[in-house]
Amino acid sequence: MTLDKIKELLNCRVLYGSHKLQLDVKSAKASDLMSDVLRFSGPAKLLLTGLTNIQVIRTCDIAGICAIIFVRDKIPTAETIELSKKCDIAVLVSNFSMFESCGILYSNGIKGVTIQSIKQ
Amino acid sequence: MHKKTAFEQIFQIKGGDFINAGEPSIKIRNILKDIGIDADIIRRVAITAYEAEMNVVMYGQRGTMKLLVTPEKIVLHIQDKGQGIEDIELAMKPGFTTATEEMREMGFGAGMGLPNIKKNADRFNIRSTIGQGTKLRITFKVK
Ligand SMILES: Nc1ncnc2c1ncn2[C@@H]1O[C@H](COP(=O)(O)OP(=O)(O)O)[C@@H](O)[C@H]1O
Ligand SMILES: [Mg+2]
Repeated sequence: MTLDKIKELLNCRVLYGSHKLQLDVKSAKASDLMSDVLRFSGPAKLLLTGLTNIQVIRTCDIAGICAIIFVRDKIPTAETIELSKKCDIAVLVSNFSMFESCGILYSNGIKGVTIQSIKQ
Repeated sequence: MHKKTAFEQIFQIKGGDFINAGEPSIKIRNILKDIGIDADIIRRVAITAYEAEMNVVMYGQRGTMKLLVTPEKIVLHIQDKGQGIEDIELAMKPGFTTATEEMREMGFGAGMGLPNIKKNADRFNIRSTIGQGTKLRITFKVK
């Protein structure tokens, strides 16, 4: 599924990265813990999170994530958006909650990243 | 990489600086990319460097991270002048954390940093002295 389709499903605003909307997303992660994002760094390119500080971008950069959706209308700080531009990581905001966002994506075929699916 | 070449660089880490934290780890990732290291190894080194760096930022007050690359291995040396770790075995336990509420609000303090480091490294060594600081030596084999 394209990031553009996900944007529609979750009623997102794009704060950065409209040039990345054709990105093909097959799996996603959802977490409010940086170590989780780093730990289960499988093939997922998309992160759903409620954290909006600048370290989210660095964590995603390290974990190879190219798009972030901030759930429940959390607006990232200016520094966060600045760094997302530098790292070229798309930033979207959804007014759905974490639970709703995940449910909508999952029921539309986006897979999760399970520990077992990552070769250790 | 040429057989005899070795690359070395030291990065400063400032405790409590949550704005610039992570920059050294990203620089290390980029250096390894330029050298042409295998992508899977780079990913493991970068995750490890970032976890170790964040521990210095959160608990280490000030420190350094040294990157050493030889044809056989990549080594990260992280040392800080922080409070030190009282019980290393306990600190290594998944979920154990002394992170403050403020750090947790930023998404840190899962207590998974040291376990993540150990899991991603080929060799991992930690030494700590109360009141003096902590030293990590993390080695990755290069195929
Ligand atoms: N460099 C360090 N100096 C002092 N204490 C540390 C250091 N690194 C880790 N610790 C201690 O070990 C605990 C566990 O570390 P870690 O596994 O990275 O989890 P977290 O950072 O989420 O707390 C920390 O909460 C802290 O008490
Ligand atoms: Mg940690």
